[in-house]
Amino acid sequence: MNFFSWKCLGWVLLLAVLIIAPIGRGGYIISVLSLWLVYSIAAMGLNLTLGYAGQISLAQASFMAIGAYVSALLSMAGWPWLTTVPFSLLAAFVVGILLGYPALRVQGHYLAFVTLAFNTLVFLVLRNEDWLTGGIYGLSGMPRPNFSLFGFTLFDATQNLHFYYFILLLTVISALALWGIVRSPWGRAFKALRENPIRAESLGLDTRRITLLAFAIGSAYGGLSGAIMSPLVQFIDPASFTFAQSLRILLMVVVGGIGSFFGPFLGAAMAIILPEFMRFTDKYYLIIYALAVIIVLIFSPKGLWGMVENAGARIATWRKARATS
Amino acid sequence: MSSPVLSVKNISKSFGGIRAVRDVSLAVQPGEILGLIGPNGSGKSTLFNCILGQLQPDSGEVQFQGKPMSGLRPSALSRMGIGRTFQQLSVFPQLSVLENVILAGQEHKGSMLSRLLGKPDVGLTAEADQMIDFFRLTHLRNNPAGAMSYGQQKLLDAAMAFMSEPKLVLLDEPAGGVNPTMLGQLRDRLATFNREHQTTFVVIEHNMEFVMSLCHRVIVLAEGEIIAQGTPEEVRANQTVINAYLGG
Repeated sequence: MNFFSWKCLGWVLLLAVLIIAPIGRGGYIISVLSLWLVYSIAAMGLNLTLGYAGQISLAQASFMAIGAYVSALLSMAGWPWLTTVPFSLLAAFVVGILLGYPALRVQGHYLAFVTLAFNTLVFLVLRNEDWLTGGIYGLSGMPRPNFSLFGFTLFDATQNLHFYYFILLLTVISALALWGIVRSPWGRAFKALRENPIRAESLGLDTRRITLLAFAIGSAYGGLSGAIMSPLVQFIDPASFTFAQSLRILLMVVVGGIGSFFGPFLGAAMAIILPEFMRFTDKYYLIIYALAVIIVLIFSPKGLWGMVENAGARIATWRKARATS
Repeated sequence: MSSPVLSVKNISKSFGGIRAVRDVSLAVQPGEILGLIGPNGSGKSTLFNCILGQLQPDSGEVQFQGKPMSGLRPSALSRMGIGRTFQQLSVFPQLSVLENVILAGQEHKGSMLSRLLGKPDVGLTAEADQMIDFFRLTHLRNNPAGAMSYGQQKLLDAAMAFMSEPKLVLLDEPAGGVNPTMLGQLRDRLATFNREHQTTFVVIEHNMEFVMSLCHRVIVLAEGEIIAQGTPEEVRANQTVINAYLGG
């Protein structure tokens, strides 16, 4: 069995686990798994901007907010949820381009502070413009989507399990789209921008356009994540999209393995699922979670996916040694 | 004589009170390999940067095939057919050798959208393999570029500069830090590429043996001015050049 076949088998097994995992579980577990998928999408987007293209952003939560509020407001105005999603994506994409402009002039810590300021700005708008956003009370009661075809219900998203499968489908589509992007010449251009922008420009890459695209696409993933979160939680408020939340998404990317395709899924699992499963330790669960994060980063600076890769490399070396002996 | 590929007309550049380049004019003919030499501080790099638009000259003009180049971004210069290498290593260390070479050619193929929706290699794998083979790097094809030796990375750097089939390539100290064995290989590859493709080179270099054996014509700069030019033999014998730079 070659490497590609192993990889395909891994994909199928992973998908099977994700399909089976919530069956027979209570609503709470299904909600946690759904949230994990939602944050995985947001982290995938940030991973593209930061991990692949090397553009630091501390504002991913604000793009979730843009997606969530656009979707919520349109849904509450009577639009079917599915028709609100393109608008959420578009809004986040356009604002992402605007946020990308400072990245053409500043980099590193300076860019981090620009994006931090942007996150704060979005938070303040959401909090203060209560005629539109509901202010600190937020918006609630967004209907969940219901998909019927010729009177036959395909997804009844009022049921947690159905909605989980629907989110899983969207996550798989998002992941495949991102896989296509990072494997395309665009992905190569993003990596070139990260590694040596001056050389990239001298080879004909329009680094300005690539930078803006990295921000826009990463932000659109944030927007999609927010658009899904709106009917999932059925309540959104500014406190859900603070700078701290952006840092949490950044943590998912770093802990998962920055610049690795699967890293965001692992990082989001560590940030969303692990603390919930550690609740049996009562008041110590956050301490254990924090220690786990520190240990991962000390022993594997490339994050959880780096650990997986190292394990894979060791197994390959062991198999080679066994075959030759 | 055919019209020059590169024309530099009366370029001057000062930094404060220091006149780094003084009224320099030169023309590079198609297929020519021109060497720019001179002691440290002679204005070679400043002239190079003025040609490539990284510095705005105080006066004068630079033309590529009769068209002004001033104010154009490096990506636009690349699309016009101007390639370059850098003094420092400028490969993409985490990408494989093959990916580095494909990257160097991909922006010259198709539109932005076609590059997203088309083949991941933009149909460049065969061409990239030829280039990798030409620079004797086939055995390292799938290795990360950052894991190669300094000299091998210099070879890769040159391979990348040629991948877009440029008409003019500006090489900034290509021999710097390269060991003698690899240096011979680099010189041989550059000379062969020039002979086979008639690509024009402008080379800044301190290594006299490398310059004298590679270049068709050499221009010597000192204190921002051209003090001599001619064939390598003429320059080597020029007393002004011996006094100002070569010594002996």
